[in-house]
Amino acid sequence: MATETMTINMGPQHPSTHGVLQLILELDGEIVVKATPHIGFLHRGTEKLSEHRTYHQVIPLTDRLDYLAPMSNNLGYVLAVEKLLGITDKIPERANTIRVIMTELTRLKSHLVWLATHALDIGAMTVFLYCFREREEITDIYEKVSGARMTSNYFRVGGLSADLPDGLEAEIRAFAESMFGHLETYEGLLTGNKIWQKRTIGVGYISGPDAIDIGLSGAALRGSGVDWDLRRDASYCNYAEFDFEVPVREEGDTFARYKVRLDEMRQAARIILQALDKLKPGPILADCPQVCLPPKKDVVNTIEGLIHHFKIVSEGFKPEKGEVYVGIEAPKGELGYYLVSDGSAHPYRMKIRPPSFVNLQALPQMVEGVLLADVIATIGTLDIVLGEIDR
Amino acid sequence: MSKQVVEKLKGKFGNLVLDTVEHRGETSIRVERAEIVAVCTFLRDDCSYNFLSDLCGVDYLGRTPRFEVVYNMYNLTNKTRLRVKVDVDGHDPRVDTVSGVWSTANWHERECWDLLGIAFNNHPDLRRILMPVDWQGHPLRKDYPLQGPDREPYQGRLS
Repeated sequence: MATETMTINMGPQHPSTHGVLQLILELDGEIVVKATPHIGFLHRGTEKLSEHRTYHQVIPLTDRLDYLAPMSNNLGYVLAVEKLLGITDKIPERANTIRVIMTELTRLKSHLVWLATHALDIGAMTVFLYCFREREEITDIYEKVSGARMTSNYFRVGGLSADLPDGLEAEIRAFAESMFGHLETYEGLLTGNKIWQKRTIGVGYISGPDAIDIGLSGAALRGSGVDWDLRRDASYCNYAEFDFEVPVREEGDTFARYKVRLDEMRQAARIILQALDKLKPGPILADCPQVCLPPKKDVVNTIEGLIHHFKIVSEGFKPEKGEVYVGIEAPKGELGYYLVSDGSAHPYRMKIRPPSFVNLQALPQMVEGVLLADVIATIGTLDIVLGEIDR
Repeated sequence: MSKQVVEKLKGKFGNLVLDTVEHRGETSIRVERAEIVAVCTFLRDDCSYNFLSDLCGVDYLGRTPRFEVVYNMYNLTNKTRLRVKVDVDGHDPRVDTVSGVWSTANWHERECWDLLGIAFNNHPDLRRILMPVDWQGHPLRKDYPLQGPDREPYQGRLS
């Protein structure tokens, strides 16, 4: 009997594509023959916009890339600018430690949304509600430090925009300690669950060498047995001072990536607790008057402070000619910023290397030849966010 | 570490390595455009730069040659980075694809074509990726207006 394949459209309005992703799927019965992703529906021209703004004005644009992990985006950008300026060593200890605390909270925040939606896609609704309950607490912490629940805009070139408010350290500590118990709860609902295992073990397989070739990074690469972690290997901020493990699993399937991410959340909570122990009073901005804004009390009380503030806000600062590439371990993988300076107050070129963009590229080779239902699980396990794919 | 790689590359390719720049502890190597695939294959196989982090184009409007394509690589064994660049002419900008060396280059090159109009020879699937398929022009070029084509410039402050 003659058979023919059928082409169907999935997205851009589809709850399981995690945003405005469109997939054109060619199906033979229920088997996927070919998958073609179409992206760009959320393209806002972040890189073009940044060429027309001062270095400080770009920070709020980076929040809107991976909107589930805004502080990681801020961090990658400010680290790149600091390297371009050559002031990486001048960042005060306290600023670095708070950066670590906030980016690890961001990792938890991003992974909680991943777990919630991934489980919901596969049919486990309860986990979704639990995860969003915990995420809410992180969102509250965000609001207390930066004033915003999602688009934080908290880090500055040279340090932070504000110190932690009184009493927040205790709140973060209580939250981080509670995470271990919550993670047991999630695992209790999923890890031993027969349906969860059937839907994830062996699904979305990719081997280690293939994963490197296609450029997977982060948990997606660690789930395929490649020991990679830029926090340990590139050691930005003061990650070298913390004791944490890098979970790696060999299986290369959806279940392995699930376990890797859950273990990563435990490690993130451990890092937060260690960082809180280390936290000492001190300055939160580098001593670089040509780059950093002066303290507010100088701005409102002295003419020199006011002029200083005005100069930095209106003119910005001018890094010398040159270029840097800085990659950090964002929750979704390697987030890279390639910055080119021509000696003016605006980035001449800013290229963002978004982890989701590259990870999504692996989707066709992971789903071709599998069942249609597994496409949903594979999109979930890649943990993509269209905000940073489309930029 | 990167010095050894530069020496190794010069030993193999000689004059095809045009210059090397050190800035903020990062090494950039400019190589001859025609040999980019051979250079990348050598770096992947003999210097274990097996992970291509990023590939992008830069438009230096007013300079000859106008464009540059930049390859940011990562060595998963000794955890070092290396940047390789090629110059690309402003008229009919094209480079050979490296998607045969690292398949991750596929989408990066599509993006570079889409936003900067640099074509990649022998690319398996050179289509626009972020902009709509019927879009005219390449938005990240320096002579492309920020507001988009055929629009009055924004009168407020941009910076």
